[in-house]
Amino acid sequence: MVYPDKVVMAGVAGAALLAPVKGRSLWSDAARRYSQNKAAVVSLVVLIAICLFAFFGNFFAAWSNEEIDWARMGNIASTGAPSFENGHYFGLDDLGRDLFARTVQGTRISLLVGLVGAGVAVVVGTLYGATSGYFGGRTDQIMMRIVDILMSIPFMFVLILMLVMFGRSITMLFIGIGLISWLDMSRIVRGQTLTIKNKEFVEAAVATGVRPMRIIMRHIVPNLLGIVVVYATLLIPGLIITESFISFLGLGVQEPATSLGALISKGASQMQYGVIWQLLFPLFFFVVTLFAFFFVGDGLRDALDPKDR
Amino acid sequence: MFSFVVRRLAVAIPTILVLVIVSFALMFSAPGGPFNSERPLPPAVLANITAKYGLDQPYWRQITTYIWNIVAHFDFGPSFKYKDRSVADIIGAGFPVTLTYGFWSFLIAVIVGVALGVVAAIRQNTWIDYLAVGISVGAQALPNFVLAPMLVLLFTLWLGWLPGGGWNGGEWQYLVMPVIALSTSYMASIARITRSSMLEVMTAGFIRTARAKGVPMHRIIWKHALKLAMLPVLSFLGPAFVLMITGSVVVDVYFSTGGIGLYFVNSAFNRDYSVMMGITILIGVLTIVFNLVVDVLYAWIDPKIRY
Amino acid sequence: MKLRATFLASTAALTLALGTTAFAESHVMAGDTLAPADMQIFRSRELDEFPSIDPSLIQDVSGNDVARQLFEGLMNQDKDGNLVPGVATGFDVSDDKMTYTFHLRPEAKWSNGETVKASDFVYSWKRAADPATASEYSWYMSLMSIANVDAVIDGSMTPDQMGVSAPDDQTFVVQLSQPLPYFPQMVVIATTFPILESNVTEFGDAWTQPGNLISNGAYVLTERVQQEKLVMERNPMYWDDANTNINQVTYLIINDENAALTRYLSGELDKTEVPTGQYPRLLEEYPTQAVSVPLLCSYYYALNLSDSGPEALKDVRVREALSMAVDRDIIVDNVLQGGQKAAYTFTHWATAGFETPAVPMAAMTQEERNAKAVELMSEAGYGTDGEPLTLEILYNTSDAHKSIAVAVSQMWKQTLGVETTLSNQEWQTFLDERGSQRFQIARAAWCGDYNEASTFTDLMTSTSGYNDSKYVNPEVDALATAARTADNPQSDYEGIEQIIAVDMPIIPIYHYAANKMLNDHIRNWPLTNVQQNYYVKDLYVIE
Repeated sequence: MVYPDKVVMAGVAGAALLAPVKGRSLWSDAARRYSQNKAAVVSLVVLIAICLFAFFGNFFAAWSNEEIDWARMGNIASTGAPSFENGHYFGLDDLGRDLFARTVQGTRISLLVGLVGAGVAVVVGTLYGATSGYFGGRTDQIMMRIVDILMSIPFMFVLILMLVMFGRSITMLFIGIGLISWLDMSRIVRGQTLTIKNKEFVEAAVATGVRPMRIIMRHIVPNLLGIVVVYATLLIPGLIITESFISFLGLGVQEPATSLGALISKGASQMQYGVIWQLLFPLFFFVVTLFAFFFVGDGLRDALDPKDR
Repeated sequence: MFSFVVRRLAVAIPTILVLVIVSFALMFSAPGGPFNSERPLPPAVLANITAKYGLDQPYWRQITTYIWNIVAHFDFGPSFKYKDRSVADIIGAGFPVTLTYGFWSFLIAVIVGVALGVVAAIRQNTWIDYLAVGISVGAQALPNFVLAPMLVLLFTLWLGWLPGGGWNGGEWQYLVMPVIALSTSYMASIARITRSSMLEVMTAGFIRTARAKGVPMHRIIWKHALKLAMLPVLSFLGPAFVLMITGSVVVDVYFSTGGIGLYFVNSAFNRDYSVMMGITILIGVLTIVFNLVVDVLYAWIDPKIRY
Repeated sequence: MKLRATFLASTAALTLALGTTAFAESHVMAGDTLAPADMQIFRSRELDEFPSIDPSLIQDVSGNDVARQLFEGLMNQDKDGNLVPGVATGFDVSDDKMTYTFHLRPEAKWSNGETVKASDFVYSWKRAADPATASEYSWYMSLMSIANVDAVIDGSMTPDQMGVSAPDDQTFVVQLSQPLPYFPQMVVIATTFPILESNVTEFGDAWTQPGNLISNGAYVLTERVQQEKLVMERNPMYWDDANTNINQVTYLIINDENAALTRYLSGELDKTEVPTGQYPRLLEEYPTQAVSVPLLCSYYYALNLSDSGPEALKDVRVREALSMAVDRDIIVDNVLQGGQKAAYTFTHWATAGFETPAVPMAAMTQEERNAKAVELMSEAGYGTDGEPLTLEILYNTSDAHKSIAVAVSQMWKQTLGVETTLSNQEWQTFLDERGSQRFQIARAAWCGDYNEASTFTDLMTSTSGYNDSKYVNPEVDALATAARTADNPQSDYEGIEQIIAVDMPIIPIYHYAANKMLNDHIRNWPLTNVQQNYYVKDLYVIE
């Protein structure tokens, strides 16, 4: 059984860290439940296929993602449609570059953005929210006001300053994504923690003198996993779109490299100009990825639900 | 509860102050300025302008003047870019627009989202569930910048049913497309949080007991499950409501609605400091207020909660 | 379009004989049937909310478009861009060419019925330069070389000491600090339009709001909703109202150009811009509506020659090779596709009185250029068989700039083996980086402030604030200074272009064309006016 590895791949890297340290029985139990959920299993396969496409699709591309097909450039609507004969399986983009190679490379970036963002949200957002909610009182007040402020500041300036100070790089993009992604998660987690901490099993743990951080990790967090997983999968599309805004500012992905967000946005602006493939292919990978993440998340939620155990 | 609300409102003031100072610091450290353009201004002209807007003062002075003008005169200053208007004019004209389409989007997103989520949860793993999930994931996978031009093509160019943009004082014809474009992805998120939350609540002990006792299903849902299942949805709705009523740039850009979403983004791009600050404060106040409302609702739903 | 020649001929003895009677005729061409009154409307798309409609503060093209309908300046332009009388019936120039006397028509009225007086111009011109107004466009007044204007702007003189006066209600006199042959062409810009002082005094900052604004143009402001629309109606008080056909003018603000095109196609607009690359398709589908006209702007890449620039760019052979290897035809024909013209020189080809000089590169075929480029590169010791060279192209985020940068980087890579990094930034960060020479190669564009070549060539002087390449050549400076007072400056401009073609501080890429969709029921549009200054009062709608 290799499910634990796939769990990590599925974007809830935090789950492995946060789950009660029970070892085999929990994981094999969860794996068994997971494998009984057909939609989840199929989605996992789809997700793996998309990862393979993103990381190895280049080997099948006849063109690179930056080469311009000079002969067809300038006449994309009539000569740039998808074709196997000329090697442009997904057609050409508005500048005459191969959309297949660009989709492969864009999917790769966007998958990473989604996973990193969701990962940060799960780890930071969960811990922050659970801590705030559990301690309550003044701690909660201060921690949540900080979140309020971070939610309201003109975030664009933070990104611009990062660009000016550290220059552009993919790492900066991930840091930028990470900075935004955990805020909402922390609020949701904190809200749930407020109700969970009044449950008998938590009160029992407090009464027996278990240390607060241990209560948070062992009793609160496992009971939050359901909402955490669902919300993490909800975050992914937003983060993939946010990436294209960060790149707009110059911090993230630079031409000739691209991302699904950038491809979809370009395709959408051209949708009525007879080059619909420029929207459909990237959008297809976006949609399929989201569906896969959803069902994988849903399967994980069921599999990890402590109440059914 | 009353003293809790009072305390929270008292904390709001220093919070807003910190927000103002942090935002000021960010703005001033970012490169560029409101009067930079392709064609750099001659020094004498630039000096006149910076003097007029007080930008030649030291930063601490600008911040204190800004705060004082707000506290003493409720004056948020003039716009640096749109010179025929003050910040109060811009927000005063734009916010009602955004509030209108934001409110309708919110209402629709909540009603449809919760309904979809509940139906999907109680019919888990049936075709109804799959359909509801399909709709919500599909809705989320269509970013609003894809949805907006699709709506215009469909309703304006091909069918000719609706005007392609504008606001016209908020007549319903002008409201339909912005509301669809804005509500869709929130509706999807709400549906999915509701579904998962419902599923958890339905497996809880007291619901099982109620079912075993033969209480009718609809009663269980309405009387017990839904209320409790709304807790995580509420946490999501606090910030989401703020996001919706502060508008979506995409809606303002595609439908020329004239809301403040566009100003929020453009003022940052134009370095229109005063408009930027005005909207930031508005968002800050709304965030604090709605998170407070969420907390109060929490305590009402689950009386055991103590802050 | 030889505006210059017209004005060189005008001397003190020769008052412009542009009589009102000759002008005040109907614009309607024989054979055209006017559409009914309720269809005499004009609806235009604007990209963004107007920053201001106060003539003293306006500094953008769209603000000028609005002001030209609401207000009327001393002179107007006809549909070819030639000067025709506005509020002034004509003007005299003194022998030393430093005093201009404009004669105002007595029948010109403000929308409240008051007569437009010379003092309204005096007030407005002083107001534009007054430090208290703090107009960003006050530099335009200094560009007009009005006597004492620079001292007024920097506060060392009061606005009253500016060289403008009104000896009587119908005479407006401007004193210049130096002869400026193209001065009359500069009075078609909003900054020079009259303002009614009592109107500003009464309403203060709110004087431009609908209901408050009193204007002297063919239209009056009736409605303005931010980021949505601006509506104006015909002004019955306008002196030539009898010959005006369009009854209502609406500007709709639509940020997204594709959304605007969709709304144009569904009949909500009479005029909108064509999105990049869509012109050929639209021309095929709507041959009578898609238009392309030259626009006085030049697009180029600035090469950083200052100390912060890369060593390789200091070698003129490298600069020349980079310029040669850019296939401009591909950029204008396959990327932009809107009737733009390949540029090998800086000044826009359609600039009045300017003949594009023949530079060697323009005469070569692209194959010859590529061969020459490879040769130059290897002489300089870079490229495929030399030291590897990596350059960075800086541009502000936009689809068109991105496309050009991508195409150019591929051309350099494939022809010269030069690698390029593309780096995009949001506008303000970009301006800051480029303005402080923190770039290697930066995208740039320049639009003429007035229709004369010096607006372009002055950019190449060492003292120009916009010379981002930090290019210094005393010969260029000398020629630019000479051109200011020369009777025929064409040879000076040509000289500057020839020097630039050798020194290559910039890589000229293309000369702009404006692409728009224009409802074919709208007639008399000034297609041949290179500045595209239009007056709705001259337009009409046919059946």
